[in-house]
Amino acid sequence: MTTKKAKLLKGLFTGIVFGFLLQKGGVTQYNVIVGQLRLADFTVVKIIITAIITGMVGIYFLRDKNLIELSPKNKSPLQVIPGGLLFGIGFAVLGYCPGTIVGAMGQGSLDALLPGLAGILIGSALYANFHQKFSGLINKGKFSQATLPEKLNINHWKIIFPVVAILISVLIIIELYGF
Amino acid sequence: MEIFRQSQWSPYIVGFAIGVLSWLSFLISRKALGTSTSFARTSGMIRKKYNPELVLELKYYQKYTPEIDWQWMLVLGIFIGSFISAQLSGQFELSFLPATDFPSVLNQNFLGRIFSALFGGILVGFGARWAGGCTSGHGISGTMQLSISSWLAAISFFLGGIITALLIY
Repeated sequence: MTTKKAKLLKGLFTGIVFGFLLQKGGVTQYNVIVGQLRLADFTVVKIIITAIITGMVGIYFLRDKNLIELSPKNKSPLQVIPGGLLFGIGFAVLGYCPGTIVGAMGQGSLDALLPGLAGILIGSALYANFHQKFSGLINKGKFSQATLPEKLNINHWKIIFPVVAILISVLIIIELYGF
Repeated sequence: MEIFRQSQWSPYIVGFAIGVLSWLSFLISRKALGTSTSFARTSGMIRKKYNPELVLELKYYQKYTPEIDWQWMLVLGIFIGSFISAQLSGQFELSFLPATDFPSVLNQNFLGRIFSALFGGILVGFGARWAGGCTSGHGISGTMQLSISSWLAAISFFLGGIITALLIY
């Protein structure tokens, strides 16, 4: 088997596990996503925060052991803030995001498969044209360093421990208030 | 295995497992979990059929070439994995109007749902590519790597989403 084929198979296998977990978590359901954004059901936030805590501790440990290399995104605020807000509006109107919409298709949601998928593809295509004109402008002002510990020039565990403490506190508050 | 037939797992178990999956993804594939780039590549594959000269000309498709890569296969895998999970729990069901506690013309009317899914999808696709990632690439993979821009993106996703959902439903 060629390395290219092996790489594609690894992606497929990772995706099967990811899709299985998203469906079991309930986040492939429109109602769970809209419920989160209406602040009525905190399933999405609970999954994301737990994944961040688990992932962060593990990947920084693996990197300290030189077993993996990180690839943190470094985008400019003019990309992530306006792009992120537009995404958020669409997230609420569509009721899925790019990963969960594919999971929704897998469980038989035809609104995801037909108009939803068409919409995301049209939006992505429109962005390719937008990028042609405005990429110079919106790429300006990237951070000098991609990650917070690099930017502050301190050991990453000095950031990870407080971040984990804050995220666990958020989960405890969510549970205490019964969401 | 009874657990695979359950319709819903605890969000903490699912979140923990996604965290572990992200370790494995870095270890095995040297990649972070993400999905939205694949929609950009797919849009390029479709446009190539109709207007190959334009696709060659657009810088975006030089950066994100219209081809099937690791992440594209991951997205295909999400479809298969979710299908398997829904089959095992008996939740697989063809439906167009989503079941919801927040009924509105946007989700309980056929034309309304075509509009909301298409229009919402356009904003999601455009916004994700503008932000350079989505709920998985920025919201999970980027935040766990402590990327400053990913934290800003994740906050923006939920801020935009929460305000909109509170207004429209």
